[in-house]
Amino acid sequence: MFIVDLLKTIIMYIRATGNISPQRTFGHQPLVEVVAYTGNRLACIEPDYKDFIDPKQIRRMSRIIRMGVAAAIECLQEAGVKVPDAIVTGTAYGCLEDTNTFLSKMVEFKEELLTPTAFIQSTHNTIGAQIGLLLQCNNYNNAFVHRGFSFESALLDGMMLLKENDATNVLVGAIDEITNTSHTILNRLGLYKQGSVSNLDIYKTKTKGTIAGEGAAFFLLAAEPSATDYAKLDGLHTFYKPEGSAAIEKQISSFLEGQNLSISDIDLVITGKNGDASSDEIYDELSRTVFSNKETINYKYLCGEYPTAASFAMWLAAATIKAGKLPPALGPAVSPDKKINRILIYNHHQGIHHSLSLLSAC
Amino acid sequence: MNEQVFIAGKGIVSAIGNNVAECLDALQNERAGMGTMHYLDSVHRQRLPVAEVKLNNDDLAKLAGLPNIKSRTALLSLVAAKEALADAGIEDLKDLRTGFISATSVGGMDKTENFFTEFLSDNSKGKLRDVVNHECGSVTELVADALGIKDYITTINTACSSSANAIFLGARLIRNNIIDVVVAGGADSMTRFTLNGFNTLMIVDEQFCQPFDENRRGLNLGEGAGYIVLVSERVAATLKNKPSMVLSGYCNANDAYHQTASSPDGIGSYLAMSGALKKAGLKPEDIDYINLHGTGTQNNDIAEGTAIKRLFEPHYPKMSSTKAFTGHTLGACGGIEAAFSILALQHGIIFPNLRLQTPMVDLPFVPERELVRNAELKHVLSNSFGFGGNCSSLIFSKL
Amino acid sequence: MSDLKSQIIAQLNLQDTKPEDIGDDQPLFVDGLGLDSIDALELIVLLQQQYKIKLSNAEDGPKVFKTVRTMAEYIKAHQAQNA
Repeated sequence: MFIVDLLKTIIMYIRATGNISPQRTFGHQPLVEVVAYTGNRLACIEPDYKDFIDPKQIRRMSRIIRMGVAAAIECLQEAGVKVPDAIVTGTAYGCLEDTNTFLSKMVEFKEELLTPTAFIQSTHNTIGAQIGLLLQCNNYNNAFVHRGFSFESALLDGMMLLKENDATNVLVGAIDEITNTSHTILNRLGLYKQGSVSNLDIYKTKTKGTIAGEGAAFFLLAAEPSATDYAKLDGLHTFYKPEGSAAIEKQISSFLEGQNLSISDIDLVITGKNGDASSDEIYDELSRTVFSNKETINYKYLCGEYPTAASFAMWLAAATIKAGKLPPALGPAVSPDKKINRILIYNHHQGIHHSLSLLSAC
Repeated sequence: MNEQVFIAGKGIVSAIGNNVAECLDALQNERAGMGTMHYLDSVHRQRLPVAEVKLNNDDLAKLAGLPNIKSRTALLSLVAAKEALADAGIEDLKDLRTGFISATSVGGMDKTENFFTEFLSDNSKGKLRDVVNHECGSVTELVADALGIKDYITTINTACSSSANAIFLGARLIRNNIIDVVVAGGADSMTRFTLNGFNTLMIVDEQFCQPFDENRRGLNLGEGAGYIVLVSERVAATLKNKPSMVLSGYCNANDAYHQTASSPDGIGSYLAMSGALKKAGLKPEDIDYINLHGTGTQNNDIAEGTAIKRLFEPHYPKMSSTKAFTGHTLGACGGIEAAFSILALQHGIIFPNLRLQTPMVDLPFVPERELVRNAELKHVLSNSFGFGGNCSSLIFSKL
Repeated sequence: MSDLKSQIIAQLNLQDTKPEDIGDDQPLFVDGLGLDSIDALELIVLLQQQYKIKLSNAEDGPKVFKTVRTMAEYIKAHQAQNA
């Protein structure tokens, strides 16, 4: 078991964000209303990409690349940074649409008369590479593709770069998409609720399955403070296939101890409850133990479930700390007078990949 | 933060051998691994030579100890990773914070592309177990679970520089005191997807490739896996086989020129190599051997060569591309070639750049065409450059 | 040539471009339409798919694909050969 200690010797600031999601999160407007969805598939609310990307380049970019590029540009614009010192991305599924296109053509035309565009855009590092290309950024560029740890791996890499003084700022992002094909396959694997379920109701009944989501969330991390930072990133910890709820509780208390904190120091807990009865068991148990009497909110009814969904949670936490309170659409979980200064995020993906992160006010 | 990161073990499986000893023997005896496609089923079988690992999935599975139904990528990965760990001979691994960082560009695509054939005609068809491990990360976890590693696991995909990035990420995790031991590298298996993908780019050679030859025609696709075990100073001191080689330098830079082509002057390559030298505190003339990326494509070899000219002029070290032996193993090449670089250091050998008939006229140096023995090697540079402008260089040094 | 322009637009996903926007003698690569090496490969496949003409040497690309007119002339010449 290990705890990321490097944050003890360096303070990390979230200077800016950019988030394209199934909610109206793009454009830095406060979330005033929750968009309701019926069915088991949430789709991103996308901007007009022509506002961000030269049409000559858009033509070769599939949807996920546009989402990633636009979210990254929005983040950099907010930070006032033209070229970041490093670009690190995380994506579990990669560029599904292009993969699907190339695969389908390969099967259909029996490996003849194939064209390169879909192939070259299908590799997982394409999103980060396209961002680098557009910005003419010759600096460090890495891409993590590890399921429910893709985002956290990217974050850790970025944090280490800052610690090592190899960067003064790092653009870190996580992107995952749903395509018709991927949804069909994941649905066949039994992951999702069936019938006309509403995202607003997924926690109301204890049934099998969650709802699928997607998103592109970017953060500009810096080691030096600025006047407009969202929050400090105080801690990050991941653990893999823990054996039982006691083991999970121990991870959480050790994480807090490592920060010289107890649960009473936390103003708000954000958990990755996703509406699937068995997946949510641990969150329900924690609400009776470690998180009992703690203000807790869920976020996956807003963005759906996907391997890098924790990036949405981080965006939400950062926005909440910057404002000192939850966005209007989410209602006051804590008493209105109490300013939210410290947020703990606990998320797991399919019970395999668990992550904890701690954000606090600057 | 600046402590040394030691190399405690290595493992390889490639077209020229199923383990380190076999590969070393092939490298010393000019036995290249490309030939007519044998294990992969493709319409290009007769036209495109490839460098396959000379084992079918059944035999690979026996060697790996995993069931045959798993992706070939996972099987290759486990074979090499197991060898690396065994080579490191760490007694009390369970008491150490251990990580597994793997890289792959293909993941479980070898199974997925079979699934798709049925799925496309009817989306209720196709065996789901063929796509369950499609994701790059799933392949990594099959191997991590088999190795019993769970403290830190991740997967990198930056195309052909993937496993080089995995290796130095491992070193940084050790330097930042997050883990004590890491098995890092990568694996890729031959798939119709990648074969056809490269074919559409018209950079595949219909003959055996000739890296750094004036008349080179392209690359030969290869497959395999290569991992090294990195340990902290503290762990190195406890090992019976006192490691004496370190990862002294590393750098990840981006060409930012084009999605697949390298810039003519190889700016990304130049930045990666010079950055690695800076990290190692070395000057260009300190490098004794460069294991080139050297795929054999018109574009890579001139870009890489130009960058080398710019950085090393006039002290050109000896260099060679071992892709003339193994083919281009994509996500695995950084790992395999790291292991080769370490072998070079260990044994004082420089491997030949096979089939180099006509030196490139635009370059003022020629890679080694013959095996060099008894070479005094202290610092070896290994290059891995990929799509998306991702350029990474590693430097291995003998203390 | 108008048909050829439509095919080029479709193959290269040149959204927002109409056939009328492409001049017969307008340079397709670098300047003009600003196409690149990947587009050249796409056009090679277009030649094969639509006109059954095989351009086996990618290096001939820049000459053949210089303008729509040069493309059309190449197609005419080689279709006559194939016929």
